[in-house]
Amino acid sequence: MSVAKLQTVDSHADAIPSDLASLEDWFDKRLDEKLAERESARTPSLAIIATKGTMDMAYPPFILATTAAALGWDASIFFTFYGLELLKKDLQIKVSPLGNPAMPMKMPFGPEWLQRINMPIPNLVAGNFPGFESFATTMMEQTVKAKGVPSIQELRNICIESEVRLVACQMTVDLFNYSQDEFIPEIAEWIGATSYLVEAKNADICLFV
Amino acid sequence: MEANQTLDARGLNCPLPILRTKKSLNNLQSGETLKVVSTDPGSLKDMVSFCAQTGNALLSSQQTGGDFEFFIRKA
Repeated sequence: MSVAKLQTVDSHADAIPSDLASLEDWFDKRLDEKLAERESARTPSLAIIATKGTMDMAYPPFILATTAAALGWDASIFFTFYGLELLKKDLQIKVSPLGNPAMPMKMPFGPEWLQRINMPIPNLVAGNFPGFESFATTMMEQTVKAKGVPSIQELRNICIESEVRLVACQMTVDLFNYSQDEFIPEIAEWIGATSYLVEAKNADICLFV
Repeated sequence: MEANQTLDARGLNCPLPILRTKKSLNNLQSGETLKVVSTDPGSLKDMVSFCAQTGNALLSSQQTGGDFEFFIRKA
């Protein structure tokens, strides 16, 4: 379309420059304005794939999703494989220092100097001492509480309240012989990889945990 | 500064101060102010990001003793 013709169809014809250089400047400016307008009208989105069912790996998806919702973003979490544990009605989330060498083992109570000391537990002990996992979990739960960090249950409730879309993997239910009624009714949908990928494609941030 | 509502988020850690702030703001009318008191040092920067993202105005943010005080005006 020629510049002359543009002028005749646009109601703000006087605002459109007629020489090519000025027209390019005008166009760049308008494009920037339009893009900024679109950007400000758009709701950012977060899509998380949660594949782990231990306490240490349950925190990141729930913290990030609840925070995204607080920022007014659209957030969704796709729970698959062991991640599905996080949607059980009866949450039995544990943490183990076994094969988890970066996990600090610290006292949740006692004097400050004692709480700072890391007491790494050898795999031989963590793996063979009956009930060690439950002990480590109790210690972690107490630390979390003492530091004012919410529990997984609390974060999950906030997810539900703030309308984070919780979707679950249908294949995992079949794979591990679960039944759908073992899981919370707030699950928005039972879907597969294809459906979630299509959903995640349009997300601004997509994370695999 | 007088606020329409005060949120005591002392002793709470990430992400609770922000989540509770968001919840408290839901109960306010546009133009009303919320005072948030927290002890989480991370909330100093988080509150700036939260307000920038949500369009609410962070009127002030200051440290008094071990507490952080924020005044937010709802958009």
